[in-house]
Amino acid sequence: MPKRTDLDSILIVGSGPIVIGQACEFDYSGTQACRVLRREGYRVVLVNSNPATIMTDPEFSDATYVEPLVPEIVEKIIEKERPDAILPTVGGQTGINLTLALHEAGILERYGVELLGAGIDALQLGEDRQLFKEAMQGVGLQVPSSGYVGSESEAREIASRIGFPLIIRPSFTLGGEGGGTVFNRDELDDMVATALDASPTRRVLLEESVLGWKEFELEVIRDRLDNTIVICSVENVDAMGVHTGDSITVAPQQTLSDREYQAMRNDAFTVIRRVGVATGGSNIQFAVNPHTGQRVVIEMNPRVSRSSALASKATGFPIAKIAALLAVGYTLDEIPNDITGETYAAFEPSLDYTVVKIPRWAFEKFPQTAPVLGTSMKSVGEVMAIGTTFREALMKGLASLELDGSIAAREQRMSDPVRLRRRLATPNWERLFAVFAALRQGWTVDEVAATSHIDPWFLREIQTIVELETELACWDLASLPGELLRQAKECGLTDSRIASLVQATDAGVKNRRAEVGIERTFKRVDTCAAEFPALTPYLYSTFGAEDESDVDERPKVMILGSGPNRIGQGIEFDYCCVHAAYALAEAGYETIMVNCNPETVSTDYDTSDRLYFEPLTLEHVLGVFEKERPEGVIVQLGGQTPLKLARGLAAAGVPIWGTSPEAIDLAEDRKRFGALLAAEGIRQPENGTAVTVTEGIQVARKIGFPVLVRPSYVLGGRAMAICYEESKLERYMRDAAEVSPGQPILLDRFLDDATEVDLDLLADGETAVVAGILQHIEEAGIHSGDSAAVLPPQRVGDEALDQMRQIARRLALRLGVVGLMNVQFAIHQGEVYVLEVNPRASRTVPFIAKAVGIPLVKLAAKVMAGQSLVDLGFTAEPVAPGVFVKAPVFPFRRFTGVDPVLGPEMKSTGEVMGSSPHFGNAFAKSWVAAGHKLPLGGTAFVSVHDTDKEALLPVAGRLAEVGFELTATSGTADFLTSRGLAVRRINKVHEGRPHIVDHLINREIDLVVNTPLGRESREDDAFIRQTALKYDIPCITTLSGAMAAVEGIAAWKSQELEVVSLQEWHGGA
Amino acid sequence: MKPTSKALLVLEDGSAFEGRAVGEGTSFGEVVFNTSMTGYQEILTDPSYRGQIVVMTLPHIGNYGVHSSVAESSRPWVEGFVAHQFTARPSSHGSEEGLVAYLRRHRLPAIDGVDTRAIVRRVRERGALRGVLTSERSEVDPLVAELQEFPIMAGRALVDEVTCTESFELEPEDREADFHLAVYDFGVKSNILRSLVERGARVTVLPARTPWKKCLDLGVDGVLLSNGPGDPEPLEEVVENVRGLVSSGVPLFGICLGHQLLGLAVGGQTFKLKFGHHGGNQPVKDLATGRILITSQNHGFAVDPDSLPGHCRVSQLNLNDGTVEAFAVDNRPVLSAQYHPEAAPGPHDAAELFDSFLQRVVERVAR
Repeated sequence: MPKRTDLDSILIVGSGPIVIGQACEFDYSGTQACRVLRREGYRVVLVNSNPATIMTDPEFSDATYVEPLVPEIVEKIIEKERPDAILPTVGGQTGINLTLALHEAGILERYGVELLGAGIDALQLGEDRQLFKEAMQGVGLQVPSSGYVGSESEAREIASRIGFPLIIRPSFTLGGEGGGTVFNRDELDDMVATALDASPTRRVLLEESVLGWKEFELEVIRDRLDNTIVICSVENVDAMGVHTGDSITVAPQQTLSDREYQAMRNDAFTVIRRVGVATGGSNIQFAVNPHTGQRVVIEMNPRVSRSSALASKATGFPIAKIAALLAVGYTLDEIPNDITGETYAAFEPSLDYTVVKIPRWAFEKFPQTAPVLGTSMKSVGEVMAIGTTFREALMKGLASLELDGSIAAREQRMSDPVRLRRRLATPNWERLFAVFAALRQGWTVDEVAATSHIDPWFLREIQTIVELETELACWDLASLPGELLRQAKECGLTDSRIASLVQATDAGVKNRRAEVGIERTFKRVDTCAAEFPALTPYLYSTFGAEDESDVDERPKVMILGSGPNRIGQGIEFDYCCVHAAYALAEAGYETIMVNCNPETVSTDYDTSDRLYFEPLTLEHVLGVFEKERPEGVIVQLGGQTPLKLARGLAAAGVPIWGTSPEAIDLAEDRKRFGALLAAEGIRQPENGTAVTVTEGIQVARKIGFPVLVRPSYVLGGRAMAICYEESKLERYMRDAAEVSPGQPILLDRFLDDATEVDLDLLADGETAVVAGILQHIEEAGIHSGDSAAVLPPQRVGDEALDQMRQIARRLALRLGVVGLMNVQFAIHQGEVYVLEVNPRASRTVPFIAKAVGIPLVKLAAKVMAGQSLVDLGFTAEPVAPGVFVKAPVFPFRRFTGVDPVLGPEMKSTGEVMGSSPHFGNAFAKSWVAAGHKLPLGGTAFVSVHDTDKEALLPVAGRLAEVGFELTATSGTADFLTSRGLAVRRINKVHEGRPHIVDHLINREIDLVVNTPLGRESREDDAFIRQTALKYDIPCITTLSGAMAAVEGIAAWKSQELEVVSLQEWHGGA
Repeated sequence: MKPTSKALLVLEDGSAFEGRAVGEGTSFGEVVFNTSMTGYQEILTDPSYRGQIVVMTLPHIGNYGVHSSVAESSRPWVEGFVAHQFTARPSSHGSEEGLVAYLRRHRLPAIDGVDTRAIVRRVRERGALRGVLTSERSEVDPLVAELQEFPIMAGRALVDEVTCTESFELEPEDREADFHLAVYDFGVKSNILRSLVERGARVTVLPARTPWKKCLDLGVDGVLLSNGPGDPEPLEEVVENVRGLVSSGVPLFGICLGHQLLGLAVGGQTFKLKFGHHGGNQPVKDLATGRILITSQNHGFAVDPDSLPGHCRVSQLNLNDGTVEAFAVDNRPVLSAQYHPEAAPGPHDAAELFDSFLQRVVERVAR
C-alpha cells in the first residue's frame, strides 16, 4: 500500500544547536526527512533554531522556522501552520523532549496534531530507565539488576542482593554528578551518602555493574506491517563503562558467533516491538559477558541517532530517509534501494569491508577537567574510516583525526610503566595510543586485555600492526622488500608513517610504491557485498586487485570537506561544502566530495555526484585527485582542514580554485600582511612576534599592555590569552616555548572595551561585494565564535560601517580574493582597526546567508568556477529584513569543575539564531534558543570588577526598571547605592553565612551578572559562576551581554512574540 | 611477518588470484560467494556446498573460532574456502579450536589475502564459474585447461555423495515424542533435525533413495524433504518417490533442494540461477500477508513459476529477483520453502514454518 493521503502538512522538529552528544548527524537526518517528505508531496514545516544547518535552507521546506525549540514558540508555529502531524524522531533528544513537552502541555491534542513514527508511550519508555527495565523484564529479557534507594540501609540491602561492583546514579543530577562506581561496602556507604545529598529528591539508583562487558549496538528499522530488519551491527572496542559516543566502534560486529548474533537480533526485535515504535529506526544497546556470553539489554533510543547516522554511512542504507517514508505509510518492500536500483529497502545490508569510528575530543579546551571517559559523553566530533580490514580502517581513522604530532610522539609520553598501566586501565581519550605503546613495549595481548577489557581480537590485530612497524624499522627505503611495503599499505599505514620508520621522505615512499606497483584502488559501498551492481559512486580506498571508481570524462570539480567536528570547526563548514556541491552541479559540473565525517550532510551519497569517504590528508586527497583528475579543487570552504593541504596540493600540480594559496598565505603571514596594511594605510593594533620570553617582554613593552598573545596558525583561538601584566606574559611565553619550541608567538595590543565586528564579503577578482556585517554583543577579547552577535549592527555608526566596507573591499581586491572573505574589525575609541583577515569561508557565512536570504556559498562556488558577480547579479550589499541575533552554545556542563567564563579561546560548540523586527525580541529568542532561562523578574545579583562599575550603572538601572530586585556584594552594592539605586547587600563567600552561594543554591537569585578580572578569574567569582551553572541560573559574564539580556527581557515582557518563517522574511520560497 | 606459502585460485575464464595458502591441497568446484556476516562454521559443514568453492564476502573470517556443537554435519563439505583474512587465534568464550587449525585438520584447501570483492564481481557478472583452488600448483594455463574438462554444476547429481548410508532415529531428550516424522536425507543440516526434535518429533532419517512406500510403511505422520547439493533434475528416481509421497496425502515439507524436488514432482521444472543465492539477507515476500521475511539461503537452482501446473500456486517470492520461494498445492498438505527456516546460519524469521508444518502433522494425527 502506498503512502497516506489523509495527511497534508507535517511539522519536522530539528535538534537545535550543536552540543556534545547532538551534532550535525541530526542535520543529516533532518535534511533527508525534509527532502523526502517534500518530494512525496507533503507540505513540510520545519522548526530548528540552528541556522548553520542545511535542513534550514529555505528550499528544503515549505515553511522554515529558525525559532527557539521551546513549547511556547512551537505552539505559535503550530497555531499558525496547523500541521496535521509532527515527526519527532529525526531531531535527536531535543526533538523527543520538545514533543513530550508539547504533549504534556496539551498542545498536540488541542490542535489535533498526530504523532508520526513513535507514540508518546514509546517515547516515554525510551526515556525512563526504570520503566524501560520493567518493560524488558516483562518480555523476558535480561537487564542489569537495579533498585532505587532512599537511605544507606536500603542501599546495603540492595547491594547484598546485586553484589559489587555497583553503579551509583543519583536521580536528577547533572551529568551523573554525585555518582560513580563502588567496589566495597565502605565505598558504598560513602558514595550513597554523597549521592543522596546530591539528589534533590534524595533518590539514588543502584545498578549492577557490567563494566568490562562487551558492548554492542543494533540499528533496527520497522514498518507498519511489523517488518523488522537490522541495518547494521556495531561493536564497541571500548568495553562497557565508556559512553558509546566516546567509544571507538567497529561495524560490522566482529566477535559474536552466528548463534549469539541471531539471539541478539531476536532480542532487538522483541525490544522494538515492546517499546512500541510503530515505524522507523531505533538503536538498541546490549552488553555481553565475555566469559559466559550472558547478554543484557542496556537501553534503546526510539528515534534516529548518532549511531544511525554512522550506520547509514557505514552501510549505504539511508536510515533517516527510509524512516521518514515509513512514517507516512510506506512499507520496506515498497521503497527502492537507491544504490542498487534493482532491489528494495527490505533486506539487511551485508558489508564486505570494515568500518571504524573514532571520536574526536576537545579536552585541551577545558584543562580544569580530568580527561577521563565514562558514562557521560565528552567528544565533540568523530571520524569514520572504511578499509577492507579492521587494521586498515583503524589506521585510516587515525589519519583522519588530524591530531597534532605523530602517534609515535603520543606513545612516547606514555613510556613510564605506571602511567601506561593507568592509561590502559582508566578509559581516557588517549587509550588507543597506550595500547600501541604497551604492545610495542612487549606487553602480551592477554595482559593488555586484562587491564583494558578490550577484546583480544582487536588487540591482536593492533599487535600485527606493531609487529609490522617493528619489521619496517629494520629496513631502509632502497632495500625495503615490495611485499613488506604492500603489507604496510594494506594495514593502512600512511606513506608518512612508513617514511618515518624507514628514514625516508613521504615522496620517497610514494615513488617506491609506484616502482613496485602498489596503487590505491577504490571500491564501492553498495549495501550488498557486490551481490548487485552499485549505481551510486560512494567510494573508499584500499589496496586491492581491482578498481571500481569507473571515472568518467565529464568536467568535474572536487570539494574538500572539513573532517571531524571540533570546537572552532563545525557544521558551518559542512554547510559551505554542501552548498558548493549543489551550486556546481547546477553549473553543470560533476561534483566530487572528499570527507571523513559520518555525521554530515556532505557525506550523504545524495549530496554530490561522487563521494569519497577518505581521510583529509595530502596522501589520500592526492590519491583521489590522481584518479579523478578534476578541473579544480576547492579548499576554501572546509575550514582549516583543507586549507592546510592547499600548499601541498598546489605543489603537486593540483589546480586550486578560488583565492590562490599564495594569497591565503599572505593573509596568514603576519609580517607580510602587516606591511600590506601599512602600505594601504589601514590601521591594525600594534603588534609584534617573539620566540623567546625576553623577546616577548620587549615587544609587549613596546606595544603596551594589555596584550593578546597566541601561537601562529591556530584554530578557534587555541591557546590564545590576554595578558594584563608582565608576569602573566612571562608565564605564557614559558609554557608556549615548552609546548612548541621555536614557534613564534604573536603579540597584539589588546584593545580594551572595543566593539568587534565581523564582515563577510564575496569577490571575483574584479568586484567585491559585502554580504553582511555582524556586530559582536560581547566586547573585544571574547573569541568571535563565542560572542553573541547581531546583524545589522545596532551600535556602530554609519561612518565606521562605511569605513569597514571600504577597507574590506580594498583588501579583497588587493589580495585577489576569488570567493569568500571574512574580516574582523575592532572599533576602539571611534577608530576602525583590522584584527584579522581570512580569505576563505568563515563560521558566520551560513548565519548571514539565512539572515539576508542570499545563498552566499552557492554564489561563491560559482565565482570560483569562473562566473563574475555581475553575471550572477550580486552587486549590492543585501539588506536584512529584520534583526538577526546569533548566540553561542557552550558545553560547560559536561566538564565538571570548569569555570564557565568567556575569553579569547573559543569554547562554544554551536550556535542559534533569533530573529524579530526588534533587537530586544531577537536577542530574547536567541537567548531562549541557546537553552537559557529568560527570567522575567525576581532577584538579580550583580558583581563586577572595579573597572566595570561605571559601565554597570545603566545595566543595573534597566534591571530595576524592568522589575528586578537588585542584590550585590559589598563593593558593588556600595557603589550602586551611592548612585541612588536600591540594592540589597549579600555576603561574599568568606564573609559568613548565608552567603551568595547559599542564596544561589536556595534558588533565591534569578539572574547573575558577574564580570571577571582579565584571564585569571578570582576563586570567589568562579565559584559563583559554577554554582549558577549547576543550578541552571542564567549567568552573564559581560556587561554588554547583560545590557542586551535586559533589553531582551523587557521586550519579551512588553511585546507579543511573533514567529516568522524564512520564506516570510525573504519573500517566498 | 612470517613468510607464507602461496595459493592460487583460478577461474575457468582464465582469471587467477594469488594469495596465502591457509589450508593446503588442490580442489576443483563451482565458485560461489556467500554474503553472510556470521556463521562460517555452519557454512563449511552444510552438505549443500558439496562441489563448491565458497568465497566469503566478509573480510574477517574465523574471529570467534569453531565449536563442535555448531557443526551442521559431521564434516566440512565445501571444496575450498576463500576469504580476505582468516583469523588464526579466535577470541570467544565459545571456541574450542581456531578456524585455521580446523581447516588444516580437515585438509581443506583455503586461501586468503585475495581481493574477494573482485572475485565476487566476476562471478556476479559471468555467473557461477568453475574454479580450482590450489596450494600445490602454480601454472595457470594448464589449470584453466583442466577446468574446461571439469563438469559444470547443471546436471550434477551430488546427493548420493552426502546422504546417509543407513537410516537412523532421533528422539526428544526430555519427553515422549508426540508424532513420528521421516526426513529424506539429501544432505540434511543438523539444525533441521534439531528443529523437529525440539518440537516433540521422533525423527527417522532415511537415505536419499529410500522408496516412498517403504517410508510410509514406517507409519510416519509427516515427511520432510531436506536440503542438499547439486542439480535436482537428474534425480529422476528421487522425484518419482516424491511424486508418490505427494499423492499419498502425507504432510510434506520440502526445504531448498527438497522444495525443488517437490516442484519437479508436481510437474514443474527447475533452472540454474546465474550465481544463486547464498547469504543471510534474502528478503522473501509472502503474497498472502504482504509481509517480508529475511531469510537464510543457499541454492543455485530454482523452480520455474511458469512451469508449475494449474493446481499449484506460488505463495512466496524473492523480493530481489522475483524467483519462487514457496508454492502450495491445492488439496494437498504440502509446504515448500526455497530458503532455510532452520537458519544456522542466518536470521530466525522463518522458524515458524516448522510450526506450520507440525500443525498439519498434528491435524492428521488427530484424524
